Amino acid sequence: MARKDQPLIRRLPVISHLNKSVGLQRGMLVAGIVITALFLITALFAPLIAPYGYSQRFPVSQEPPSGAHIWGTTAGGYDVFSRTIWGAQTAVYVIVVAVLLSIFIGVALGLVSGYLGGWLDRILVVVADAIYAFPTLLLAIVMSIAISRGQSSMWGGIFSAAISITVVFIPQYFRVIRAETIRLKAEPFVESAMVVGASSVRIMARHIYKNATRTLPLIFTLNASEAILTLAALGFLGFGIEPSSAAEWGYDLNHAQTDATAGIWWTGVFPGAAIVLTVLGLTLLGESMNDLNDPRLRGRRRAGKAPRTAPTAPAPLPADAALTKEVAS
Amino acid sequence: MSRHAAAPADPTGERPVLSIEHLKVTFATDTGDVKAVDDVSFAVAPGEILAIVGESGSGKTVTAKTILGLLPETAISSGAVLISGNNVISVTPAHLRQIRGLEVAMVFQEPSTALNPVFTVGWQIAEGLRAHGNVSKKEARTRAIEALGKVGIPEPEKRVDYYPHQFSGGQKQRVVIAAALALNPGLIVADEPTTALDVTVQAEILELLRELRDVYGTSIVLITHNMGVVADLADRVVVMYQGDVVEEATSEVLFDSPQEAYTRKLLAAVPHLGRNSASEGFTERAHQDTDVLVRAEHLVIEYPGRLGTPAFRAVDDVSFTISAGEVFGLVGESGSGKTTIGRAIAGLNKTTGGSLKVLGYEMLNFKERSFRPLRKDIGFVFQDPAASFNPQLTIGECVAEPILIHEDRTAAEVTKRVEELLEAVQLPRSYADRYPHELSGGQRQRASLARGLALNPKLLIADEPTSALDVSVQAKVLELFKEIQAEFGFAALFISHDLAVVDMLSHWVGVLFKGKLVEEGISSVVMGSPQHDYTKRLIASLPVPDPREQALRREANRALLFG
Repeated sequence: MARKDQPLIRRLPVISHLNKSVGLQRGMLVAGIVITALFLITALFAPLIAPYGYSQRFPVSQEPPSGAHIWGTTAGGYDVFSRTIWGAQTAVYVIVVAVLLSIFIGVALGLVSGYLGGWLDRILVVVADAIYAFPTLLLAIVMSIAISRGQSSMWGGIFSAAISITVVFIPQYFRVIRAETIRLKAEPFVESAMVVGASSVRIMARHIYKNATRTLPLIFTLNASEAILTLAALGFLGFGIEPSSAAEWGYDLNHAQTDATAGIWWTGVFPGAAIVLTVLGLTLLGESMNDLNDPRLRGRRRAGKAPRTAPTAPAPLPADAALTKEVAS
Repeated sequence: MSRHAAAPADPTGERPVLSIEHLKVTFATDTGDVKAVDDVSFAVAPGEILAIVGESGSGKTVTAKTILGLLPETAISSGAVLISGNNVISVTPAHLRQIRGLEVAMVFQEPSTALNPVFTVGWQIAEGLRAHGNVSKKEARTRAIEALGKVGIPEPEKRVDYYPHQFSGGQKQRVVIAAALALNPGLIVADEPTTALDVTVQAEILELLRELRDVYGTSIVLITHNMGVVADLADRVVVMYQGDVVEEATSEVLFDSPQEAYTRKLLAAVPHLGRNSASEGFTERAHQDTDVLVRAEHLVIEYPGRLGTPAFRAVDDVSFTISAGEVFGLVGESGSGKTTIGRAIAGLNKTTGGSLKVLGYEMLNFKERSFRPLRKDIGFVFQDPAASFNPQLTIGECVAEPILIHEDRTAAEVTKRVEELLEAVQLPRSYADRYPHELSGGQRQRASLARGLALNPKLLIADEPTSALDVSVQAKVLELFKEIQAEFGFAALFISHDLAVVDMLSHWVGVLFKGKLVEEGISSVVMGSPQHDYTKRLIASLPVPDPREQALRREANRALLFG
């Protein structure tokens, strides 16, 4: 766990994890960070990186990779490279909107439900379970149709995709926070706040909230990759965003289906690889954080080796240790 | 380190069962390497009971685990741990398995987690037999029954097929010992074998361990922090401090004339029943001329049972009063209802019958909203100081919380008051900016006391405030509690399972047994001449930290303790 006496920068989620990782775990974490960073940078600088706009059409369709279109063009005359780059931006928008919406609602509901208990808790748990019992993709499709009603502008599409994902995610956050809240409710420090007469709102806001939300960065990363998959699936099934409003990998993959049998590989490989890489990066990041958060799963340097960060009291070098042993015996 | 030479202090000249030479253990942690054991050497002769004592962090448990090769992967050890000529540190895993069970076995602290709940105890005892060679089912069963008989489980033929949950805590520990004995090892390592048990059960388990040694000649390495247990059982004592052996002597010599300053300090801090009593010389109950703060009349507290099972009655028809300025000690074993009473007074549990008046407010069917204004007059100190502070807030913020809730003061006034409080509990002012994990256990409990006193309460409830602390720290916290109580003059309900601690602090004491108040009276009188049979047994079970006195007490009370 991050120590309080370290500067803020070292206590931030990913950085503190990097500091205590070692060996293979460190490799996985670094790979996750690099891929995720690449994804974010691509999304941020899409207008600069992409040579053409996402809705720009060319008279040349299904052209193999060439100087003008380095990853070729699709049947609809779109530039594959530009669409893939712009697609990252859409994915980030959807993740941010979906996760933000579900975090706020899920955390608030989880806190209230777990702390107050009673009939409110029972109803919320039943609703959350009912949503869980639904196939998530089906639910997302229904939500998407209900929200967009067939019309899809860029933000309309993003929001409908994001909200359909949100509906699936809220129960996840709700459950995690509710379970933590119930556990923390029995902790002596919450009881000691009750004994001094703190109100329920104060206890929830001051004592439980901060302690219950420590696992959120982890769920955030894991959910982000799930959000991308859901978005791609929606696009693939035709419930996503129209190509004229925004670039979207799932849509491109859908339209690359017929190309694959005709030997036109470039229209499907690149958006597909983009999905795989992004999900891989986010999952690596999330899973490594998960392992590092758990002291029992965390790998450590062997004792006796010089630690990487300079400790306050220098550990004895192996030679010194041997010498002490000789003196002692 | 030549004073702890590897040569065993073996009077009979026999080869030692266990000899540890220059053992060093280092752990890799997130903050660098930590030396847990630094150059420890000692030996155990056949039939000897050696106690390793020390406070938390002294390395005593790590030493014990090394004997069985149970250290985690993050540890590296050097030196030698010789069990009948085999060095446990360097043998192959297969050879180590041979040594475990056949030559050395372990008894763990918590019997309820050391047993697997889904297998019968017979199966678990026989597991060791099966691991070491081919035994038929029938033979394994016979030997399991034999082992259960050895440890004094009644009707072993029948109970060999019982599951762990069908045994009481003390019996479970007997089963664990039976499993350790199954292969007749020459050495048993017992890591705090009685810490999780009540004091009357502890006396029985100590008696059992003593019998094992006397009858079967088993050597025992006893790891404990309880000096009373050491005085009761050990032949020889190794005192450890911060990974190092401080002193090694026979039990009598160590208690009579400790050589090292640390040992002297440790022994002086151990509470001794009958010495340093707060109610020494009292002939009648003090503080009876003041207001009655808490009045319980035929109080009943029940926990609802599950479907089909009746409610559990934790407190049964209890009546008592606490007057202003009085320290009321409540003693009892686990499950006696002492904590439930304390929590009910603080409004953390609901009462179900009778009457409980706290500061004039009837707690039966109490409403949080109407009780809240009275909360400023009640302070509460919890058992575990580490868990009773929000880890995300500084000590200053935690101590200030009651002030912020009940009083309308400026930030500067609050800061000043927090500093005053910290000074009152002898903590430096600068600690207000620290986080709870940056304080030691004793410091945290002082801060907890400061929080309890923040609003000058009329009543302070302290639920086992020192049982999570090391004995030397406990002594200081108790001393502080006594001083502050005298200075501020609040009434206190002091809940503890430790009779000696209660005697040190309280003027009036109540003894709870299975939810009933079986005896109450002036502390020194109750401790000196108990009337009720249960109180007599409770006091007789408490081992005193003096081997000679304890041996006499044991013999005198044999009939009372072991039937």
